[in-house]
Amino acid sequence: MSTEIQNYLNDFEQLGNDIKSDWFSEQRHSALSLFKESGFPGTRQENWKYTDTRPITKKAFSSLNDQGISINNDDIDAVRFKDLDCYELVFINGVYSEEHSHINDLPENVVIENMAAALGKDNELLAKHLAQYADNNVSAFTALNTAFIQHGTYINIPKNTVVDKPINILYLAKDNTQPFATHPRNLIVMGEHSEATLIESYVGLDHANYFTNAVTEVSLSASSILKHYKIQQESLNAYHIGNLNVMQDKDSRFESNSISLGGSLVRNDIHGHLAAEGANIIMNGLYMTSDKQHVDNHTRVDHLKPNTHSSENYRGVLNGKSRAVFNGKVVVHPQAQKIEAHQNNANLLLSDDAEIDTKPELEIYADDVKCSHGATVGQLDENMLFYLRSRAIDEETARSLLTYAFADEVISDISFTPVKNRLEYLIIGQLPDAELIREFTNE
Amino acid sequence: MLKIENLYAKVDNKEILKGLNLSVNAGEVHAIMGPNGSGKSTLANVLAGRNGYEVTKGSVEYDGKDLFELAPEERAWAGLFLAFQYPVEIPGVNNVYLLKAAVNAIRKNRGEQELDAVEFLTLVKEKMKLVKMKEDLLNRSVNEGFSGGEKKRNEIFQMAVLEPKLAILDETDSGLDIDALKIVTEGVNSLRNEERSIILVTHYQRLLDYIKPNHVHVLSNGKIIKSGGPELALELEEKGYDWIVETEAA
Repeated sequence: MSTEIQNYLNDFEQLGNDIKSDWFSEQRHSALSLFKESGFPGTRQENWKYTDTRPITKKAFSSLNDQGISINNDDIDAVRFKDLDCYELVFINGVYSEEHSHINDLPENVVIENMAAALGKDNELLAKHLAQYADNNVSAFTALNTAFIQHGTYINIPKNTVVDKPINILYLAKDNTQPFATHPRNLIVMGEHSEATLIESYVGLDHANYFTNAVTEVSLSASSILKHYKIQQESLNAYHIGNLNVMQDKDSRFESNSISLGGSLVRNDIHGHLAAEGANIIMNGLYMTSDKQHVDNHTRVDHLKPNTHSSENYRGVLNGKSRAVFNGKVVVHPQAQKIEAHQNNANLLLSDDAEIDTKPELEIYADDVKCSHGATVGQLDENMLFYLRSRAIDEETARSLLTYAFADEVISDISFTPVKNRLEYLIIGQLPDAELIREFTNE
Repeated sequence: MLKIENLYAKVDNKEILKGLNLSVNAGEVHAIMGPNGSGKSTLANVLAGRNGYEVTKGSVEYDGKDLFELAPEERAWAGLFLAFQYPVEIPGVNNVYLLKAAVNAIRKNRGEQELDAVEFLTLVKEKMKLVKMKEDLLNRSVNEGFSGGEKKRNEIFQMAVLEPKLAILDETDSGLDIDALKIVTEGVNSLRNEERSIILVTHYQRLLDYIKPNHVHVLSNGKIIKSGGPELALELEEKGYDWIVETEAA
C-alpha cells in the first residue's frame, strides 16, 4: 500500500461514525475500497494527461476536521459579497459554522442545511440522490470525497418553488498547524418547475496550505432551472479538485459559470447528463493564471436524448510561467437526434513562458445534429494597443484594459448583477493597475 | 508646430519615406495628397508612433520637442492626435470611458485638474453636437459594430473632445457617403482655430472642397515633390497624379 493512500485510510478509521445509517455507511466503505483499489490518477490516464497530481498526493494532509478554527467576522466580510441578500452557509476549514451562517426564514418546504445535519436524520430523499450522479469509478478524488462525506450543503427545493434569494455557500480556509484536506460534499435536488441560484465560493485566507477536494451533485427535475456560480479563489499555496455532476430531466436548464482565479494546482470537472428531451446546459468559464499556477478545466456533456442543447464558452488569461488545460468533451449518443452543441475556448497568453493545452472533443453517434467547436490561442492585439495609446492611455494600462475586456466577455453576460459586479471586481484585482481599470469601468 | 526634416522610414525593411520635408505652423491646415503607395499613411503612422515603422534618418520636431523621443501616449499627452484610416474595433472597452480616461490622462500630464463625471458629461454633450454623434454609439464598445461612416465620425468626435494641438487626419474621407462627408468635414471646420494645426492626408481632392487647406503638398515615392496653395489640388484633380509625377521627374 502506497503511503499516499495510507494516510487517508488512517484518517478514515479515525473519522468516527457518529452517522449510523446503513445505506450511508455502505456508501462510504464502498467508496473507500474503490479509492484503495484505484489509487490516485497518473498522467498516463488520458483524462489526467496534462495534470500531474503528485504535488497533492505526495503531501500528507490531515482529513480530520478541526473544529477549533475560528475566523472573525471582519475577515469573512472582506471576502463576502457586498450587500447581497442571500441564504448563506459558511464553512471554515471544511467545518460548518453555524455562527456565521444564516439560513433562517426559508420558503415553505425548502431545505437548506449542513450535509452532516441532513445525514443525521432519516432522510429518504437524501439516500435516493446522494452519490448517484458523481461516479466514484470515474475519479479517485470523487471516491475519496464520498468516503469522507460529512460537511457540505444539502439543498432540496420542492416542485413549483422559486427560491426568493440566492443561496451562497462560502468555503473558507485558514492556515492551521498542519496541512489539511477538506472534502466538501454538496447535493442539490430541484423539484419540477423549481428555480434557484446557487453560488459556491472557495476562498483561501493568507497563504494557507491545504487541499480542497469538493464534489457537487445536482439533480434537476423536469422544467427546473438552476443557475450555478463557482468562484474559486483558493490560496496560492492550496490545491483544489472540484467535481460538479448534473443530471437533467426534461426541459430543465442548468447554467454553470465557473471562475478560477486562485490555487496552485487546480482541476475543475463538470459533467452534464442531458437525460431527457429539451434539457439545456450552458457552461461559461474563466481562468486567470500567473506565476506557476496550474489550472485544468475538464467538461463533459452527454447528449443522451433528442432535442437537447449544450453551449460552452471558456476563456483563459495566462501570465508568468503558468499553465492551463482545457478539455471540453461533447458526446452525442446514437438516439440523440436534433441536438445542438456549441463549444468555444479562447486563450490569451500574456507571457512567453505561459502554456495552454486546449482540446475540444466531439464524439457524435447521431446523424442529424448541429455541432460546432473552436479553440484559439493569441496575444493582445497590437492594433488595439496602439489605438488606446494614441488616445493617451499609457501602455501598461492599455494592456490591462484589453486583458480585462477579453476576460469580461465571459462575465458581462451574467444576468445576476451582484455576482457580475463581484466577479468584475475580482478580475480587475488580478490585473496590474487595478485601481486605474476600476476607475475606467465604474462610472 | 511641426518640422519634418529629411525623414526616411522603413516598413518591413522596405524604404517608404525617402527624404521628406514638411513644416506646419500653428493654425495652418496642410493637405498631403498622393497616389496609392506614395507613403501618405506611413507618414501619419510614423508621426503617431505606431510599432513596425523604423525611422532610419531625419528628424521630426513637434512643439519644440524631438517627436521620436516620445511614446505614442506621450505624443497624445503633448496634443498630437491621429484620426485613423481604419479605426479598430475594441470589444469590451466602452467608448465613453475610453474618452474620459483619455481626457483625464492628458489633463493630468499637463498638470491640470482632472474632470469629474459631471464636467466630462457636459463636455461630451457639447461636442456630440459638432459631429451629430448618436448617443447610443457613446455607450457601445469602441467602434464595435459601427458602420464605416460612424467610425470616422467617432474619430472626429474624439478629436473634438481631446482638442489636440496637431491633428493628423488619415484618409478621413474614405468610405464616407456625401452626407456623412458633410457632417464630418463641418465638424473638422468647426475645430479649426489659430492655434490648432491640421494635416489632411487624402487621395482625393473631394475632401478639400469641404475643408479648405492653406497648403497642398504632393507626396510621391516617399517625398514631397510639389507644394502649393489650394489651386494645386484642383490641378491634380483635373490632370491626375501621373502628370505631376512626370513633370517633376522631367
